[in-house]
This record gives sequence, C-alpha cells and structure tokens, in this order.
Amino acid sequence: MSDHPIVGGYLLPGLPHPLLAADQNAGWGRLRRAFEQVREDIRQSGADLILMYSTMWPSVIGHQIQADPEPVWTHVDELFHDLGAIPYHFKMDSDFAEQFHLACKNRGLATRTVSYKGFPIDTGSVVCLKLTNPDNFLPAVICSSNVYADRAETVVLGKAAVEALKQSGKKAVAVVVGTLSNRLHQTWIDPAEDHIHSLKDQEWNQKILAFLEAGRLEDVAQLSRQIHAEARVHKVVNFKSFWWLSAVMGAHNLYQGTVYGYEPVYGTGSAVIGLKRAAHAAQDLEFDEESPDVYRGDRNVLAPSLEARGEFDSQLQVGPALGEED
Amino acid sequence: MTKGSIVAGVLAPHPPHLVYAENPEQNEPRAECGWETLRWGYERLRKSLEQIEYDSMVVLSPHWQTYVGTHFLGVPSFKSLSVDPIFPNLFRFHYELTVDVPLAETMEAHAREAGLVTKMMRNPDFRVDYGTIVSCHLTRPEWDKPIVSISSHRATQYFSADVMQGHMLKLGRATREAIEASGKRVVLLASNSLSHRHFTSESEVPEDMSREHIYHHGQYLWDMKMIELMRQGRAREIVELIPDFTEQAVAETDSGALTWMLSALDFPEYPAEVHGYGTVIGTGNAIVEWPQARHGGAA
Repeated sequence: MSDHPIVGGYLLPGLPHPLLAADQNAGWGRLRRAFEQVREDIRQSGADLILMYSTMWPSVIGHQIQADPEPVWTHVDELFHDLGAIPYHFKMDSDFAEQFHLACKNRGLATRTVSYKGFPIDTGSVVCLKLTNPDNFLPAVICSSNVYADRAETVVLGKAAVEALKQSGKKAVAVVVGTLSNRLHQTWIDPAEDHIHSLKDQEWNQKILAFLEAGRLEDVAQLSRQIHAEARVHKVVNFKSFWWLSAVMGAHNLYQGTVYGYEPVYGTGSAVIGLKRAAHAAQDLEFDEESPDVYRGDRNVLAPSLEARGEFDSQLQVGPALGEED
Repeated sequence: MTKGSIVAGVLAPHPPHLVYAENPEQNEPRAECGWETLRWGYERLRKSLEQIEYDSMVVLSPHWQTYVGTHFLGVPSFKSLSVDPIFPNLFRFHYELTVDVPLAETMEAHAREAGLVTKMMRNPDFRVDYGTIVSCHLTRPEWDKPIVSISSHRATQYFSADVMQGHMLKLGRATREAIEASGKRVVLLASNSLSHRHFTSESEVPEDMSREHIYHHGQYLWDMKMIELMRQGRAREIVELIPDFTEQAVAETDSGALTWMLSALDFPEYPAEVHGYGTVIGTGNAIVEWPQARHGGAA
C-alpha cells in the first residue's frame, strides 16, 4: 500500500448551477449527484483534510493560501448573481496552511497565508466545499492560482504541498476546482437548452475524459499547453491545474480514473472526475516523460489508447534493464 | 425635461494601495505614507470636480468581471465589507453607498436596444467590487453622490481586443444617450490602470517607495505615448491604439473602460488634464480628466 500522503484526487467544476439551480437542467442535476458520490468517496478515504487548488481564485503576489480557521460569509457570484446567495461557514486547517506556506517558501516560491474576516472566497471553492463537504466533515485548505505562474512554479507548488503533508503526518485528498473547456455561452440561454459551447470544445473534453478515465494523469498534464491553446479561453497564461495535480499526486499514469459526471454548464465542459492510485498503469501511452532506449516510432498519443497499446508497450524490455549490464 | 449631460470623464485607476495610504476611517489597515504622486493627483482631481455640479458618478470597473454580457448594479443601496482578494493586507474597506437605479436601468435599456447582451444585478447580498469602491472613494470620499457601476464584459479574453472595442464603442454611445435621456449631470469614471504588469512579490513594508517603479521600460514608453495623446486631445488615436497597447503593455484597457468612456465623451478633441502619473507594484497609473463641461459639455 502506498504511503503517499495524497489518498485521492478530484477535478470538480466550480460554476454555481449544480448547487443553486440543479432542478433547472437535468445535466446540472446529474452533476450534483456526481458531487454527492465524491462526498461519500472523500468520507471513506481516510483523509485528514481537503487540499484545494482553485483556478477560480486568481492571485498576483505569488500564491495565497486560505488560513482563516472559520470563514463565514454570504457569497454571491459576480456573473450568476440571479441564481441566489450562498451562505457558508467553513472550517480550514490553519496549521496545515502555515506548514504549506513554509514549504513553499523553502522552495523559493512567493506565497502567503490569508486570514481576514470577509475575505472573498471564490465561487468555485465555495460551491465545491458546499457540495462535497457540507458538514465540514474534514477541514480544508484552499490555494489560489497565480495568474503569472507557469509550469515550474505550479509544479513546485504541488511538491511543496506533498512535503508539507509528509511533515505534518496528515493525509489529504487533492481537489482541483476548474472546468475542462471553459468557454461560456455569450448570450442568455434557456437552462434546458444548455450544451457545450462548440464541437471543438466537446471533442477536446472527450479526449481529456478518455485520458483521465484511463488513469493517464501525467499525459493530461503534459498536454496542458495544447489543451490551453485548443479548448480554453486565455484568461491566464496557461492551463495549470493538471500540472499541480500531477505534482501533488505523482507525475505518472498509475491511476484508476472515474468520471462521475460530465455535463455542459452554461457552455463549459464541467466534469466530476476522481483519480485513485493503481498498481499498474491502465494504459501505456505516456506522452514524453520516459527516457526510452530504443526508438519505436512516433506515438500517436491523441489516438484512442487501445489502438496503440500493443504497438508501443514500454513495459516490454528489448535488452537488459538499466544497471543490469554485465 | 432638461437634456442630461456628461460633465466630466476621468481615467480613475483603482489600486487599493492609494486608499490604504490615505488611511480613511473605513479601511482597517493603517499605512505610514506611500504613492503620493498619485494621491496628490487624486487631490487635484477632487478640487477640479468641486467646480462642477453633478448628480451621479458612473464607473466601469475591471474588477466586476462578467463573461456573459454587461451588468449594471440595480439595488438602491449597499453596506458591507470589501476585502481585496489580491491585497487583503491593504484593503478591508467598510463601504456604504447608494445606487442611481433609475439611471442604471436607463443605461441598461439603451445598451440592450443597441444590441448588447445585458443584465441588471438585483441581488441585495451582492458584494460591490473593490475597483468600483476604490475609484469612487478616491474621486468623491464623501460618498454623497449615488453611483452606477457597470461590469467589464470580458470580450478581450473571449475574442480579442478588437471585439472588445466594438462592444465598448457601442456601450459608450448607449451610455451617452441614456444620460441625455435621464436629464442628469454625470461624471464618468474609467477605473483602469494603463500598463498592468505587476511584480509578483511585495516588500515587507508595502509603502516602501524605494521598491516602487515601473515593471519595465517598454511599459513606461507605452504609458507616456498614451498620456501624450491625451494631453494633445487625440482621443480617436488613443482608441485606435488600444488593441496594440493592451497586448504590448499588458494594459488594463483590456477591460474596455477607457474605450467606453472616450466613446461616451464622443472622442474629445481638447487636451485632457493629467493630474498625476505613478506606478503601483509595477503597474502604470494615470489620473486624467476630460473636463467636458468646461469645453461646451458636448455630450
């Protein structure tokens, strides 16, 4: 059994519709039920805390870490304010927030904890905590997404979180708050007629879902720049959330993925996905993180995995394993 | 009814640092000093506006970001605490303000009739964004004028700065027509910085001015280019340059605020009055007034 401090990872969408308007669209209702499944998973996970990285909390001065032990407010989304208000009273693991901050600092990152009455916790974090942890069964820690950070900074942020967890002796579930494609409809729609904004977004979402269902977290992480170019509105420099998740969970494909739900929410590709550690890679299509000894041609990593599986099996060794020569 | 008019348009940036450094009683953190050239610029603006009678202020804020359409505050009053999500150490401001809802509704109607996607914000629990609060406080700290706050529709991010320009030119015209129809005298605030690349670390004492300077020289050159055009009364050229400026100086004109205001003012050809320029955590900020009433109140 793995002694890794992350016992599970999740991608959860942050728009407020599954929380506030689940009855207005069948898909939003299904997403809400998917959140409820994740709630049960988290309860059974043995985790001590929920560690969140919210793409809906932008920061400028490095990364910020929520450390208010009991944030209380009534939140209204700046865009979907007509859906109503969300009163909340959360519990944060302030001690871990400080440990996380120190681990970041020791690795050269600019971070700070924030603990201020009335600090505006972002809609995505509020929605995900209300749906997966409504009774504060576990304390949480939320980390912002720095608008200027790119891969290195984001990966180090993930590694610092793991280090802090190891030092604390705590286990956590890692949650990314964000969507797959993030393009919203540009006009008001009848909720019953919601759909993914474009066919292109839909195809990319399905590709990412297929990867994650096969446990290929690192592959998705390595495709992040392409996903950003193809299926994301460029609000920030890059699509960073899977860099963080793979750094936190382990940069490989040894996972079992579960897609609990995937639905359009006002045009975005909103998916509820879980990843658990597995003994073996479900597929063998690592993008480029390996150090191959024999060239076997280009891997068509964007093709459905099963088609290419037999052709490029890196588990198959053609010579002695490294270190075994002579 | 008398025809309404825009009596002044102001480029009124919203760094919370300026409120922090002023130490108003509404703000929790306390400062020693800081960013004086900008704060003195706001002082000069306030003195200038004292010479003008007006009923309301209308502000377009980059920090009320709406990805579907343009939204207008539509609740008569708000009282709450605004905590800056980026600089919570500097800005925790207890605000109490009134909204000119009839004017907001007129603007929304004109914008909708012009073909824009719009929405009135009617939720009483809504927290007014800190950009609106900072720009309004620094322009009129008495808080005795009702405001209208307009969101920034993020067309630059969704499409391009050119698409944003198209929307904002239209929104500016609709704003002008709505104000004329309202019979009111109004001050417009474009709540944006110029170049907008931040430092990603902060000095231990935030108001330590030995650490304050522009992020890089290219941004300074762009800021000076835009300010010079303002001083020369070349508003149309400013608008034409905004897409390039936005891209090359990471300018906060991506919000559309400046384009909206210059369109509403109908592209003034008289020299604008530059009350101050300075940097805040690397970004370039100018306080600039187009005293429309003193130039015939054309709008």
